[in-house]
Amino acid sequence: MLEAITVRVNGRAIAAPAGSTVAAAMMLAGAYCRKSVSGELRGPLCGMGICFECRVTIDGRPHCRSCQTLCKPGMDVRTDG
Amino acid sequence: MDSETRRYDAVVVGGGPAGLAAASCAAECGLHVALIDDNPELGGQIWRASTGGDKKRSSVPPGVEVFRQTRVFHLGEPGVLLAEDEERVWRFGYRKLILATGARERFLPFPGWTLPNVMGAGGLQALVKSGLPIAGKRVVVAGSGPLLLAVGAYLRKRGGKHGAEIPLICEQASRSSLLRFGAGLIAYPAKIAQGFALRRELAGVRFAGNSWPVAAEGCERLEAVLISRKGKIERIACDYLACGFHLVPNTELAALLGCQMRDGCVKVDEFQQTSIAGVFCAGEPAGIGGLEKSILEGRIAGLSAAGQHDAAKRLFAARRKQQKFAQSLDREFRLRSELKRLPDAETIVCRCEDVTYARLREHACWRAAKLHTRCGMGPCQGRICGPAVQFLFGWRPDSVRPPIFPARFESLAGISREGES
Amino acid sequence: MSVETYDAVIAGGGIVGAACADELARRKMRVAVVERDVIGSGATAAGMGHIVVMDDSDAQFALTRYSQQLWLALAPELPADVEFEQCGTIWVAADEEEMAEAERKQVCYRARGIAASILGAEALEEAEPNLRKGLAGGLLVPEDSVLYPPCAARFLIKRAEASGAKVYLGRSVSQMGNARARLDDGTELSAPVLVNAAGAWSPELTPGMGVSKRKGHLVITDRYSGFVRHQLVELGYLKSAHSLTADSVAFNAQPRRTGQILIGSSRQYGVESARIDTQTLSRMLQRAQEYLPGLAGMSAIRSWTGFRPATPDNVPLIGPWPDDQKLYLATGHEGLGITTSLGTARLLADGITGKETAIASEPYLPARERVHA
Repeated sequence: MLEAITVRVNGRAIAAPAGSTVAAAMMLAGAYCRKSVSGELRGPLCGMGICFECRVTIDGRPHCRSCQTLCKPGMDVRTDG
Repeated sequence: MDSETRRYDAVVVGGGPAGLAAASCAAECGLHVALIDDNPELGGQIWRASTGGDKKRSSVPPGVEVFRQTRVFHLGEPGVLLAEDEERVWRFGYRKLILATGARERFLPFPGWTLPNVMGAGGLQALVKSGLPIAGKRVVVAGSGPLLLAVGAYLRKRGGKHGAEIPLICEQASRSSLLRFGAGLIAYPAKIAQGFALRRELAGVRFAGNSWPVAAEGCERLEAVLISRKGKIERIACDYLACGFHLVPNTELAALLGCQMRDGCVKVDEFQQTSIAGVFCAGEPAGIGGLEKSILEGRIAGLSAAGQHDAAKRLFAARRKQQKFAQSLDREFRLRSELKRLPDAETIVCRCEDVTYARLREHACWRAAKLHTRCGMGPCQGRICGPAVQFLFGWRPDSVRPPIFPARFESLAGISREGES
Repeated sequence: MSVETYDAVIAGGGIVGAACADELARRKMRVAVVERDVIGSGATAAGMGHIVVMDDSDAQFALTRYSQQLWLALAPELPADVEFEQCGTIWVAADEEEMAEAERKQVCYRARGIAASILGAEALEEAEPNLRKGLAGGLLVPEDSVLYPPCAARFLIKRAEASGAKVYLGRSVSQMGNARARLDDGTELSAPVLVNAAGAWSPELTPGMGVSKRKGHLVITDRYSGFVRHQLVELGYLKSAHSLTADSVAFNAQPRRTGQILIGSSRQYGVESARIDTQTLSRMLQRAQEYLPGLAGMSAIRSWTGFRPATPDNVPLIGPWPDDQKLYLATGHEGLGITTSLGTARLLADGITGKETAIASEPYLPARERVHA
């Protein structure tokens, strides 16, 4: 039984299984990662850190690849949508 | 952000099957080895389900110093790589270098492919492995290559009884190609065993050859996929589309080093050595060929780097067999020309800069297209759109410049050391 | 061997060649442009696209001012992909000495009718909150702009084509003179007017002209909207651009419409290789971080180099070549090619058609200073 980690996605507390990435937590929250240059909502694509579609702001730092970042308790995640 | 140079006998870049095998062998031979990997966990990207499942993480080979979440972005002076992680820059000095940088999925654009919940096949698998719940979700798997079956099986059995529901797996290769490929597996008992296991795991799942996605539909996110099958369009409501068209090798670091390429892969000799003495390459960047080939080539590279050429030679026969498999893969899963007509004028091809197919079509070559539309100038550095435009227009994206991966400004600012040439 | 006849043949499809083609075609001349790579691919592709008035010399001032006004007039017609933005320039003064220079510049600009205002330390901080603390102030020039040069070159070429110009793409001029231009595939173009607008490579076509390569580096970041609002240039830049021999870096940052920040600048002499020079890049970025500390944690996604075509007196060559009066030069613009392209085209076209020029043309004439190879 894995313990859950609580992160905040756009202000909402989300419980994600330990070892989850921020991308997974974000999708659990029903959020999208970013808005493209023409305003389209985007979510993760490649799952391996090379497409940059999964970028979100984590603890104030923008352009973090959420699929490559493990959830840590208390992380503050902000998305575009 | 000062950093001293850490020196090793061998540095392995990439912690997937090839890199782990290479690092293991080199360390067993007594070399002081560092393994650098971009991801939070070792085990690689594409074949990760096959490397042990969720609980059994790919374990660190004894005697190897592992650097996770560490990305090589530039070269230092000769024999030194510059890498960064979330906090600092690392300078890795090596006597031998083993590139095991793996492969990435090839994405082809079609209307609606940018909708959230349209992902790569390996992409969705990676997300699920890293915590995305898939129980009871409907997933259409599409594209090309044996990876589709592996992903389908993984998604289905994930969580025991509560896996995904897979309405369809659609493979663009023709029935005859698939039969030839299947027949060719007769020489590979391990693969046949895998095949039977997959069949069991995918019992009851519809599989179609000669079929491909023509559009993804949905408002804010994916709601349905339109599949072309037997000359007709079938609409399948679903939650996710796991879609990838086979694999392309990650050769950026090899290119930056100046390694010779052949057909888009790193050229290596029988000891897995590239055109640069002391630089080896193993696994997918030397030719897309699957898990067993990656492991064998990793071992050969590790042994060669350690000077154990006789031991390396003993693996040649097995590798030759796997290379034949690689050729069969390449042959039978070649992309059909119908896929070139999938994008319509408004379909986005470059996702970083939102460049549409219509805008790209105005240009005669990659250089013009890149310069005038900014396609390929985004953070993915052409990794996603490059293979797509190569397939659609025949354009070969050009040379590589540092940083070969986006790096922190301060990391780039700190790359030069006074007194070093 | 086929001979094709035109009223003017232009070697070079960069911003200057494109502007000349557009201007000559507008004056009803049948124009051919020969470009060996793609439109806007030389220094045009590499540079910052900063449209700026510079007062390094009277000649430079007059030409940049004239051109800046032409760009402002053209702006409404430019398509979206040119990304024209009248964001203004702030010349940043780090200390009192540079502040005195800013004040001198202001007097000079104002005397010539160019809007320019001094920003004290507080005003500078308000205008650009992400600049480091402790700077002395700056000079704001609100009529300066930025744009994306390859698309600007393309716009001008397309306009020229719409007026009947022909573009030979992927072909190069191997010989040019005496009313003939021979291409690498043997085609001969005949025209009473030949224009060498080949930028850093112009000496290859007209041996004996004094243009040399001055290499520059640039880096672009990911998108950080609002981090920088004006083009920011350190006043020390002037020392860098003015020097004829010493390699140098200077702080130069540009906000792109995309939110990406474009960082320059560096100057190196006598370097032929286009490879990224690690030491130069490093120094340039360190300099930039000194002014904008917030850059440190940002994502840098690409770096590249380019070659500016430089002349010994830092004034471009616009006008007939003394050894061949039908051969015109339109080159040697160093780091001001984008800015002065429109003015250059006007001067050139006026000279060719015998019209009176809007600004004195003598300072730019190649005859002013014969430099032998």
